[in-house]
Amino acid sequence: MTAPAALAYLLMLLLPTLASLLLAFTDYELGAAEIAWVGLGNFEAMAADRGFRNSAGNTLLYVGVVAPLSVLGGLGLALLVGAGARGRAFFRAVFFLPVVSLTVAMAAAWQYLLHPTIGPVNSALRALGSGAPFWLSSSDTVLLSLAAIGVWESVGFNMVLFMAGLASIPRELYAAAAVDGARGPFDRFRLVTWPLLGPTTLFVVVLSMVRSLRVFDTVAVLTQGGPNKASEVLLYTMYTEGFTFLRLGYSAAITLVFLAAVLLLMWVQTRVLDRRVHYG
Amino acid sequence: MGDAGRPLARDLARLLVLGLLGLLVLAPYIWMVAASLKPLDEIFRASLSLLPERFAASENYGKVLARVPVGQYLWNGLVVCGGILFFQLLFAVPAGYALAKLRFPGRGWAFGAVVLGLLVPPYVPALPLYVAFSQVGLLNTYAALIAPFTISVFAVFLFRQFFKALPDELLHAARLDGMGEWSIVWRVVLPNALPAATAFGIFSVVAHWNDLFWPLIVVQGHARATPALGVLFFRSEEAGDDFGAMMAAAVLMTLPLVLAFLLAQRRFVEGIATTGLKG
Repeated sequence: MTAPAALAYLLMLLLPTLASLLLAFTDYELGAAEIAWVGLGNFEAMAADRGFRNSAGNTLLYVGVVAPLSVLGGLGLALLVGAGARGRAFFRAVFFLPVVSLTVAMAAAWQYLLHPTIGPVNSALRALGSGAPFWLSSSDTVLLSLAAIGVWESVGFNMVLFMAGLASIPRELYAAAAVDGARGPFDRFRLVTWPLLGPTTLFVVVLSMVRSLRVFDTVAVLTQGGPNKASEVLLYTMYTEGFTFLRLGYSAAITLVFLAAVLLLMWVQTRVLDRRVHYG
Repeated sequence: MGDAGRPLARDLARLLVLGLLGLLVLAPYIWMVAASLKPLDEIFRASLSLLPERFAASENYGKVLARVPVGQYLWNGLVVCGGILFFQLLFAVPAGYALAKLRFPGRGWAFGAVVLGLLVPPYVPALPLYVAFSQVGLLNTYAALIAPFTISVFAVFLFRQFFKALPDELLHAARLDGMGEWSIVWRVVLPNALPAATAFGIFSVVAHWNDLFWPLIVVQGHARATPALGVLFFRSEEAGDDFGAMMAAAVLMTLPLVLAFLLAQRRFVEGIATTGLKG
């Protein structure tokens, strides 16, 4: 009964993952005749590599912008869309649309939208008499432009998760809070919604961080890490090291850093979940 | 919340804000479609008018259809997503059933392996898998695009949770009728698991239709390119600054999944929300 799944698990997941772990401690290059154990050599090289440090820093900045904005935006949209029956299904579909749209194609649309000279965004800015930034082609703004696309892409996803969380809050609690003197929507949010949404919020925060940590498609399509490596991010560096420069050992070591970051986030989530968020 | 009888006037501020935000989110789609209808000189004039002065739809879309095998890309996407989903269900449904309802030695370990697998992002096994596929000469094949995703530990986990809630009496009755465990899986358990299977199916198809990372690694050339890869190829090889044709290509490749979404909007949202834990 479990045999086909077990076989596929072994071949496609367990063995390659273990191989990746081992590879990270070797100097393996694709096509090289020899392979040598280098211990922590790859990780030492990484710590000294300005390219890698730049890439890690860019990734952190990207996560630091996209995760909070898409969580807050998702919560705001969920509250706003869920606040009335009118237009609920319609707007839910509108905000969710980017989640099911082909990222690569929408990245191309964004490239046109943000084009420095012919893009509608800058045309509008010029019409308003404001300056016209270079968005994706300037190293000052490229990461923020990618982050804006990232928020656009994931805010609807978070909205749907928050809407599910909001739907599970018992109505009686709002009535009880009103009896206890809660006045107006802000009191209701502060006393009932926010505390009861705790587990959902934690889940969405961690998920958003993991998802934005994996940023790859928009970088691969729009900037290839440029200009001047200003949009080089972890997975894209891993991809170029492994599949352009064929340094598989080093690339595997970067993958391991990525895995460690994901595991750390999940560990924090379980710790916090065990400690405090015990309501519903 | 959600009081349907609220007078429209009091709802107006909310609808207005939602409408503005909605326009903001839809802006890339609106401009994408608008540009795909405009001739190049109008695009380069960078006017803010959405409607073209001269319709160039047939030029732009014709260029895309003539230069790249759009049908082939869409077909590849269909084969790859369909193949992945087929094997995922074929492997995960019996495994989930066994973990939920059957007693066998090593069950605890097997479930532990599933949970462990949930922690590993697909980027981690990618490098060794690429080396293995290139060694056995499987690059540029459907097999290379499908095989790594045939096992979804997430699907096993999801189905196990779902099957745990199935009443044992149902299974006992089937066994008394002389059905073997395999026919129980496909003829009794699976029909009861359709909601979970649909939710997972939507999640899986959306994820793999949109995936760029793995196809970029194992595919070169048009013959096995998925829609995501097709857009990338068209952009770098053919279009350059020809934004009209580029946007037409983007529209064509985005359309199938967006249409499916618009037709089954509620199922999509619920499917992704219930399976969203995978991220």
